[in-house]
Amino acid sequence: MMAAIGIHSLEELYGDLSEEILLSDSVPISQGRSEDEVIRMITTLANRNVKGIPFLGAGCYDHIIPSVVEAISSLPSFVTAYTPYQAEMSQGILQVMYEFQSMICQLTGMDVSNASLYDGANALVEAANICLNFTRGKNTVLVSSTIHPFALQVLATWALGTERKLVLLPEIEGVCDFTSLDEKLTSEVGGVLVQSPNCYGLLEDYSNLAETIHAKGDLLCISSDPLSLGLQKSQRQWNADIAVGDTQAFGIPLSFGGPTCGYMAVTDALVRKMPGRIVGATTDANGKRGFVLTLQAREQHIKRERATSNVCTNNALSALMTTVYLSSLGWGGVKEAASQSYVKAHYLAYHLAQLPGITIPWDKPYWCEFPLVFHDAKKMRKYIQELRNEGIYAGVRFSSLTRRSKDELILLVAVTEKRSREELELYLAAARRVMK
Amino acid sequence: MSKILSDCRYSKDHEWVKIKEGKAYVGITDYAQASLGEIVYVETPKVGDHLALGDDFCNIESVKAASPIINPLAGDVVEVNKSLEGQPELLNQNCYDNYIYALDKFNQSEFDALMDSSQYELFLQSK
Repeated sequence: MMAAIGIHSLEELYGDLSEEILLSDSVPISQGRSEDEVIRMITTLANRNVKGIPFLGAGCYDHIIPSVVEAISSLPSFVTAYTPYQAEMSQGILQVMYEFQSMICQLTGMDVSNASLYDGANALVEAANICLNFTRGKNTVLVSSTIHPFALQVLATWALGTERKLVLLPEIEGVCDFTSLDEKLTSEVGGVLVQSPNCYGLLEDYSNLAETIHAKGDLLCISSDPLSLGLQKSQRQWNADIAVGDTQAFGIPLSFGGPTCGYMAVTDALVRKMPGRIVGATTDANGKRGFVLTLQAREQHIKRERATSNVCTNNALSALMTTVYLSSLGWGGVKEAASQSYVKAHYLAYHLAQLPGITIPWDKPYWCEFPLVFHDAKKMRKYIQELRNEGIYAGVRFSSLTRRSKDELILLVAVTEKRSREELELYLAAARRVMK
Repeated sequence: MSKILSDCRYSKDHEWVKIKEGKAYVGITDYAQASLGEIVYVETPKVGDHLALGDDFCNIESVKAASPIINPLAGDVVEVNKSLEGQPELLNQNCYDNYIYALDKFNQSEFDALMDSSQYELFLQSK
């Protein structure tokens, strides 16, 4: 290779670079280790993991995952096959994506879904893109302050250094405040992004919201944990134009926070504005059912710089897990998991609310997660520590997500269908001991 | 040989414009439809939209490409050819009978600046 390009050493290749940016010392990484040494090192690290009963959520939840999910999604034919860039590549993967889309449409009530996006935050950003692409000439998106703080950061990154503007809708008593929304929907605004269950776990009321937004020709996007749709109103029932969220609850393990899988579904009117891959069903020359990538004219390999988005892939393996999970539970199972999460969360919340020194603020409906407000910070630290000593992760400090001092006394507690009665009682007993 | 009508004006992006009853009708030429191939979708503006000269947000998708319609003269959209919604192939079958949208409040000088049929014919030959 060097002979072909006419150089004699690797250093010659870097000849144009100035001395000061070249490394003079060797790269500070250790020498190679034997397999046995590596296994021992990794095992030692793994042993430092503290096992516990998680009541942690804040966007990632410990739900039951039927073993069929891993059994199917680890099949080599799925794992080693890459995303279907060529329609003819793998009918198996294409069918999985098609089933995924069908199930997302059933859950959200929307007309058409894509084959998944990276995660829920990525899906929100793409929704913001649609809002501005559909309503030509506008540059502002209204965003609820009660969407996940990390998703807000991703949106801020999307807007950074461009003409796009984000305007936050304030919160009132833990939910988005839509007072005088009509005035905020200026001629610059293309759409509104909201989330329910929101960053506190609270369910928001979107009555008449879509009507107000549509009257201005703007779009409404609702982000929802899709498992909550087993109980709460779907995005279609709120008359939203775009439904997004993260399918982590559907068979995707916590894995230290990712990878998960974003979903996006829209109304027919927006199908050509939707980013990402879409798999369609068709018949081949012999009249047999088959699957193809469709509506690709939206995408950058056809439309180049005029593409609706730069997303040109999906999260195939996570979408597969989602699809297997949903296939094994069925609609009845989704309702059951959603209901059990609801009932168990409410059981725990009811009893915690009786304790002195803690309040459940705002008296708003919630699903599987709720905020606890402590009356003093010292007690909160003690609570988290003491429960940890009992093998319980008591909850997520909300301020660890927002970095706001006003959130320091808020603990988010998540209870899924996976938490047993015994685990709930263990939590309550420990909480009673600390807060007595 | 592409079909060219003598009663239309032409843009270098292969749109035709024809004035009828004070409205400027805009469509794509025979050359354009033949280059695109089988047309599967036509994205139209909305009645009431103001289009500037050169606006390019409406797309025509064919089985092999997606191309913008480069608006050939500024004006307000007063009519949209609804039949293209369900039958985009009409543009392949008869591109001159099937306009895409019609404008009013356009500027006569912008219309006059477009090529006439003989200029367009020369333009095509030069390609």
